[in-house]
Amino acid sequence: MTTATAQHGEHGFWTTHVFSTDHKTIGKQYLTLGLFWAVVGGLLTYVMRWQLAWPETVVPGWGEIGPETYNALVTMHGTIMVFFVAMPILLGAFGNFLIPLMVGARDMAFPRLNMLSLWVFALASLLLFISFFVPGGAAAAGWTGYPPLSAKAEYTGVNWGMDLWILAHALEFAAFLMGGVNYLTTAIAFRVPGMTFSRLPLVIWQQLTATTLFLLSVGPLIAGAVMLLLDRQIGTHFFTPGGGGDPLLWQHLFWFFGHPEVYVILLPAVGLVLDVLPVFSRKPIFGYRWIIASTIVAGGLSFIVWAHHMFVSGIDPRLAMPFSITTILISVPFAYLMFAMIATLWRGSIRFDTPMLFALGFIAMFIVGGLTGIFNGSAPADIYISDTYFVVAHFHYTLFSSVFFGGLAGFYFWFPKMFGRLMNETLGKLHFWLTIVFFNATFFPMHNIGLAGMMRRIANPLQYDFLVPHQWINVVATIGTMLLLASQIPFVMNVVWSLVAVRPAPKNPWQANTLEWTAPSPPPHLNWGEALPVVYRGPYEYSVPEAPEDWLPQDRVLAARAR
Amino acid sequence: MLNWLRWLPENVSTYGGDIDSIIALIWYSTAVWFVLTFGTIGLFLILYRRRAGRPAAYVKGERLAEALWVLVPVVMVLAIDLWLDFRGAPVWAKVMLERPPAALSIQVTGKQFNWEVVYPGPDSKFGTADDRQFDNELHVPVGKPVRLLLKSKDVIHSFFSPHLRLKQDIVPGRAIEAWFEATKPGKYELPCAELCGFGHSGMKGWLYVHPEEDYNRWVKEQWS
Ligand SMILES: [Cu+2]
Ligand SMILES: [Cu+2]
Repeated sequence: MTTATAQHGEHGFWTTHVFSTDHKTIGKQYLTLGLFWAVVGGLLTYVMRWQLAWPETVVPGWGEIGPETYNALVTMHGTIMVFFVAMPILLGAFGNFLIPLMVGARDMAFPRLNMLSLWVFALASLLLFISFFVPGGAAAAGWTGYPPLSAKAEYTGVNWGMDLWILAHALEFAAFLMGGVNYLTTAIAFRVPGMTFSRLPLVIWQQLTATTLFLLSVGPLIAGAVMLLLDRQIGTHFFTPGGGGDPLLWQHLFWFFGHPEVYVILLPAVGLVLDVLPVFSRKPIFGYRWIIASTIVAGGLSFIVWAHHMFVSGIDPRLAMPFSITTILISVPFAYLMFAMIATLWRGSIRFDTPMLFALGFIAMFIVGGLTGIFNGSAPADIYISDTYFVVAHFHYTLFSSVFFGGLAGFYFWFPKMFGRLMNETLGKLHFWLTIVFFNATFFPMHNIGLAGMMRRIANPLQYDFLVPHQWINVVATIGTMLLLASQIPFVMNVVWSLVAVRPAPKNPWQANTLEWTAPSPPPHLNWGEALPVVYRGPYEYSVPEAPEDWLPQDRVLAARAR
Repeated sequence: MLNWLRWLPENVSTYGGDIDSIIALIWYSTAVWFVLTFGTIGLFLILYRRRAGRPAAYVKGERLAEALWVLVPVVMVLAIDLWLDFRGAPVWAKVMLERPPAALSIQVTGKQFNWEVVYPGPDSKFGTADDRQFDNELHVPVGKPVRLLLKSKDVIHSFFSPHLRLKQDIVPGRAIEAWFEATKPGKYELPCAELCGFGHSGMKGWLYVHPEEDYNRWVKEQWS
């Protein structure tokens, strides 16, 4: 602890708000960058969806878009949402803000490394942003960047944009590697007395599992990215068949990372929901240890399922069934997690505040996404539905629900702690109901048109006779998208209004148990005053019969008997 | 909208029905889970909403007896999952592994942004003088197993026939085999299903499934 404390000297404006080593500031900076990219990524969907509903017409506020532009939009939308929205918000913002506060540390283990992580991510963001404006435009080979399409400029007409795309990824990975080292070290070595691993909040467990998955899986992809850059720049043939390379090698490297990566996004969101549920059910989470075990099992399995993205890619067809079985098995730990969330509601005393609504929204939407995953995971069904909108619908029900419903549950829940202000409940509830209605209006019809055979990444469905009769589905989804975007207006109003109008948040507005609620709102530099809290029990002791109130904070001494 | 199975296009291949039945099987099993989970959530939200004077129960779900409430449904999920794989494996094998002896071999080469369809001609050998190439047109007889040899000249494409329920990515540097047997004469679209560049949208060909005599007449016209 002394080393961390000693590193924090005097701080003026720049060191407090810009080049800060404080984990809370860094968390908010990650949040800001993530929200900026969410706006960019969201606006791109408006242009894409307009083109899909009314192809070859002028997009109001943008102009006409050609097929090259459409491919760049599709590519950048995926890249932005996964690597520049989901990761910075769910890992960067919540991980940074919550880990020290919830384990009782005064800051991250390596605060300067933490600051470096943020600024490397900012640099990655800058490169990606610039790539929109270079000659040839932004990357257009899909967010998965399959070579040879991505390996030679002549195939897409994109040159600079593709190189910047690779560099932005490399820097982004470096940023999250640095962050990951901090997350693990802090949670393992900087816990306050009494904070054993079996008393660690589940959101921390999920962050740690996600970080570990990332650290273990990203290596092969970094190697792949270097090889792709070499193919592009000095004419090697790692991924192009001309000189003996193999395009499928990239797919193996990409998806060996890619499947764990979806859990890198999903698990922190699951963690946010797992921490919100007990507070608003006033009940312990159902099966704390079983949840941790399920999480670790899911994480382990995520390393042996990657070829389910490649069933029809040209791999040896005998490989498909083994991977289909591991994939379908992974639904077991996730079924456990979902059932445990539902069981937590059983015999609770449920309050429907905004964070709870979003947490429930996550459960509902994720169940739909989990069930459609069984279609994709089945190799024979996948012959037909791979590369169709059914897949698009599936991963938006899982990933969008993680980032949006999971992320917003966390955002509404911890906003008072982050900013020391209360948010408006009415606007929050309005935001939830509009979002869930138009989320479904946008993505549910994609199952239907996907089963009708509509392929992903086509710019104009009307070029296909078999899709013409279903075009109205695209119109529905597009109107849904526009209304979904408009549904975020109450959210923006709420955030701005809450930050401007002073409604100071008390220390513990939700009557929650975990350690961050024992610090002032917002917590000062180094989080607590002279003394750090001491932990006596697990994080979810709600409605304990012998306690005076229906919550029992982790740091409270209970005279009768400590549980 | 809710009955997804009605959205599948008409099936015109011998194995398409098997794929459809797997999709249907998964659809019915997941629909049951959907109703059960959403029903339970709805019920709990109504029954256990906050009411004055009724505190929540202090149940931690850690003991095995409690955990069984969740573990039993999880085991049911596992059982259904394995059953779906058990039913799916033979279908996968039928489409991808057990190719019947083909009556006809055709080579389809993807290139930005066309399908080049090459017939070996009367000598049934590729690379000879009587080979004939058609752009974006694949003619086959009905009721005969057809073997496809899939190649690419540039990037990855994906040969897709929604009506045959056939999809196979085509990787440059490899020759990938696929097969089908059409069951109904007609004209069906053959889109490319893998992003392959600016012309990807709109890259498509047509599959012509002819009755046997029509097909023979077409062959005679081409190779006379
Ligand atoms: Cu995966
Ligand atoms: Cu294509």
